[in-house]
Amino acid sequence: MGREKLVLIGNGMAGVRCIDEIVRIDRGRFDITIFGSEPHPNYDRIQLSKVLQGDTSISDITLNDWSWYRDNNITLYTGETIIKVDPGRQVVYSDSGREIPYDHLIFATGSVPFILPIKGADKEGVTAFRDIKDCEQMMDYSLKYKKAAVIGGGLLGLEAARGLLNLGMDVDVVHLGDFLMERQLDRTAANMLKAELEKQGMNFLLEKQTAEILGDGRVEGLRFADGDEIPADLVVMAVGVKPNVQVAAESGIPVNRGIVVDDYMKTEITNVYAVGECAEHRGMVYGLVAPLYEQGKVLARTVCGLESEPYEGSVLFTKLKVSGVDVFSAGSIIEEEETKSIKAFNDWEGTYKKVLITEGKITGAVLFGDTTEGNQLLGLINQGADVSEYLHASREEESLVASMSKDELICGCNGVTKGAIVEAITSQGLTSVDEVKACTSASRSCGGCKPLVAQLIEHTVGESAQLPEHEPVCGCTSLSRDEVVEAIRDLNLSYTREVMNVLDWKTEEGCSTCRPALNYYLNMVHPVTYEDEKESRFVNERLHANIQKDGTYSVVPRMYGGVTDPAQLRKIADVAEKYDVPLVKVTGGQRIDLFGIKKEDLPNVWADLDMPSGYAYGKTLRTVKTCVGEQFCRFGTQDSISLGIALEKKLERISTPHKVKMAVSACPRNCAESGIKDLGIVGVEGAWELYAGGNGGTHLRAADLLCKVKTSEEVLEIAGAYIQFYRETAHYLERTSKWLERMKLETIRAVVVEDQAARAQLNERLDEALSVAKEPWKEVVESPALRKELYEHVSIPVLSK
Amino acid sequence: MENTLQRIKVATVNEVPKGIGKRVHAGNYEIALFHLADGNIRAVENRCPHKGGVLSEGIVSGNRVFCPMHDWKVDICSGKVEEAGGGCVQTFQVEVENGDVYLLLEDL
Ligand code: SRM
Ligand SMILES: Cc1cc2nc3c(=O)[nH]c(=O)nc-3n(C[C@H](O)[C@H](O)[C@H](O)COP(=O)(O)OP(=O)(O)OC[C@H]3O[C@@H](n4cnc5c(N)ncnc54)[C@H](O)[C@@H]3O)c2cc1C
Ligand code: SF4
Ligand code: FES
Repeated sequence: MGREKLVLIGNGMAGVRCIDEIVRIDRGRFDITIFGSEPHPNYDRIQLSKVLQGDTSISDITLNDWSWYRDNNITLYTGETIIKVDPGRQVVYSDSGREIPYDHLIFATGSVPFILPIKGADKEGVTAFRDIKDCEQMMDYSLKYKKAAVIGGGLLGLEAARGLLNLGMDVDVVHLGDFLMERQLDRTAANMLKAELEKQGMNFLLEKQTAEILGDGRVEGLRFADGDEIPADLVVMAVGVKPNVQVAAESGIPVNRGIVVDDYMKTEITNVYAVGECAEHRGMVYGLVAPLYEQGKVLARTVCGLESEPYEGSVLFTKLKVSGVDVFSAGSIIEEEETKSIKAFNDWEGTYKKVLITEGKITGAVLFGDTTEGNQLLGLINQGADVSEYLHASREEESLVASMSKDELICGCNGVTKGAIVEAITSQGLTSVDEVKACTSASRSCGGCKPLVAQLIEHTVGESAQLPEHEPVCGCTSLSRDEVVEAIRDLNLSYTREVMNVLDWKTEEGCSTCRPALNYYLNMVHPVTYEDEKESRFVNERLHANIQKDGTYSVVPRMYGGVTDPAQLRKIADVAEKYDVPLVKVTGGQRIDLFGIKKEDLPNVWADLDMPSGYAYGKTLRTVKTCVGEQFCRFGTQDSISLGIALEKKLERISTPHKVKMAVSACPRNCAESGIKDLGIVGVEGAWELYAGGNGGTHLRAADLLCKVKTSEEVLEIAGAYIQFYRETAHYLERTSKWLERMKLETIRAVVVEDQAARAQLNERLDEALSVAKEPWKEVVESPALRKELYEHVSIPVLSK
Repeated sequence: MENTLQRIKVATVNEVPKGIGKRVHAGNYEIALFHLADGNIRAVENRCPHKGGVLSEGIVSGNRVFCPMHDWKVDICSGKVEEAGGGCVQTFQVEVENGDVYLLLEDL
């Protein structure tokens, strides 16, 4: 007899996870066949929110790539749907006519989004938010249209709305209830959430029932039951999902709301099982991965004929994945007569906490603003812990991970406990979050627990052990940044191919992640002798201009300290006219940007401008913003403009791991926004304060006070040392904000401020690197060879026959 | 049935730097020409199937180019995209003779 045949319907998160468990238990046992309607290998559906919000890309959310299926001898049919099952003959039928017999059959068909049965719901421009296709449609529409309406103010609706805002659309969120996320939040938390999201630019229409979708073929608007109307070019329905049970029901498998299963995920039909959102267990259908993965584990053991603990249901918990808003909710959150609660409402810092207690045990929690206690509370709820345990733990000043017990969950999504992670760290010598992820699956889904995992590594390995950083540079190697840089120094490696050869890169020529990084490290180690590799540079840095979505470029000349004069402005105006520049704009960095310039015109534009490059495209110093300062302002205590210009002249053109922005303000009113710069300087009576590690971008971070000094010369010297220290120790593409958190403020201060000798040496090395930096635009203007190689294209007219 | 291929000289080999794409406009075609590390010269349609990114500006690694817009990976030899979104770009025949590079194109 051959191997038993196992068929999985549904190539999604729960089903594939279960198969993953099965092949881990016994790889050779089954002939496995998987059918999936979507044309993709199993991907992380949860991350679609982040894709839409622009934090990751579709190509990065694959969970099991094609090779995983191959390596485990799994036959995968993507883009193929099972339309019928014959449980008598034990055969499944697909829509392309395939018939496959099975010995065991797992349904993991997930859910289908609920589409409101209203007039116009079938119009073009109405979409759900469930899969890659929906996500792509939204991204596509955001390029063509302006107005979006999201129906549903729950988790999914809000995440979609945030994504659409990021994509540049105006977003109305329409919600039937009178507060948001009512299944997970109470009114207080929901109101705080609403206020925060309004600040982010969302518009809410509460207590509105959508009655009709308007438009002539394509969506043009919504009409509500009360007669109001709003315009909309895109409508996202996020009003809930229902278990996808049609095939099961039609094939005679008992179905209630979902496919009915017992504590071992078996249906009433022999050899047929269900797992995931399509399954109904003890009257509950779950729509979050954590319980589905628990189910998958139980089912895997059942199918393999092993004894298994029964699945007895799960406590639900939720985190909202919208950047800048921390919301956590777990367990039952509705206050009833017999519940008591602990509440803490901090209007000033915008935080709120509610812990619900039933008969002395913790049964639910809502957190807003600060969710660090989330996993701990979830653990306590899961254990039915006594409230005294919680109060005891929160009084201790010890770090959170230290106070957690072994059985507490770190990764809620994948059900990984503290004990399991510590076990893996100690037995396998793990040192990075990625390694822990690979070994235990912790942080593999929503990623919310990454900080906890990192803390746990630190706690377990011990801070004194000086954690070796072990994040590989990219998929082409297993070596970390530090190992690569060390090898470049020790073995005196001198070009990227050599590094890849000597260090046994897995790919012959690297990829778009490691090549630019190696190019940077080589240049940093050998500033004078290294010859920059243009082919390892991202297009913007190769061409010294920012590429635009239509393939044209932008040009930003330097304006030191944001200061200009009539002659300069006239020159810019002339160039803009001569080259028909479609958009002239003042940037957020206090200078002027000429957008939409054709690549072949770039050298001529630069020649006509005859100004230095502003490096608006580079991993280097971008701008030094200044405020007007004591020259004119009645509050100015210092000459901020002169210091800003001096800093910009000193540091322009130095290559850095990521871009660097600076600002100088002449008083604490801080009009140049020095508090969110990589290095920000604030004048006070008789002194300058230096602030480090600020960031005004994706992950807003206020800078930390590095030091206070008396003279501008000291500012310039410390700035130089700071930049050089950053150049030598940061990972490529690590902004100073992240770098500072990793290195710790005290370390940086000790080296660049307190240790005079180190400060001087850093400045020497910086000057060495600066001594060979060339003005890139001038170089191109003066080199016919460069112009031909990089800026010209071949043009052949239509030939007559 | 006039669909014969035309053979058009577009450059000399040393006008196409290794590892950096060259944009070629030929009649209605917009083509990216690549000089690969193995010495071969290849040509593909210069439009990424994702959102029309200019492939000629991408980082080239082996026989793949990374689109400069959103980093999709495109196989220069087969035209296939290796990303989940899928799709492919048209490839064109290239001939090199006496240091000259020719493209074989249908109807310009
Ligand atoms: C032109 C400008 C917007 C404007 O019209 O004002 C701009 C335009 C771009 N920014 Fe910016 N940023 C501009 C000021 C800013 C600022 C404000 C500032 O500098 O004071 C910030 C927040 C401050 C900060 O960086 O801490 C900012 C945070 C970003 C980020 C997020 C960085 C981060 O660490 O989170 C990116 C993405 C990145 O670098 O990876 C980005 C990326 C971009 C890119 C390069 C996107 C791209 O890769 O194509 C845009 C290029 C447009 C173009 O084609 O020229 N831009 N960008 C501003 C140019 C300033 C300049 O004169 O050089
Ligand atoms: C945008 C978004 C954000 C989310 N965020 C979170 C979160 O933060 N935390 C969390 O825990 N959960 C989150 N979820 C929910 C989570 O993604 C789901 O609970 C999980 O994916 C369910 O897994 P599943 O395998 O049951 O279903 P799915 O992942 O939907 O997989 C089912 C698959 O089966 C296929 N299929 C269906 N019928 C057939 C058939 N007849 N033949 C072949 N194939 C078929 C479907 O096409 C689908 O690919 C989110 C969901 C979305 C959409
Ligand atoms: S200029 Fe900056 S903020 Fe504006 S769309 Fe581009 S990257 Fe985003
Ligand atoms: S256009 Fe090529 S990756 Fe987006």
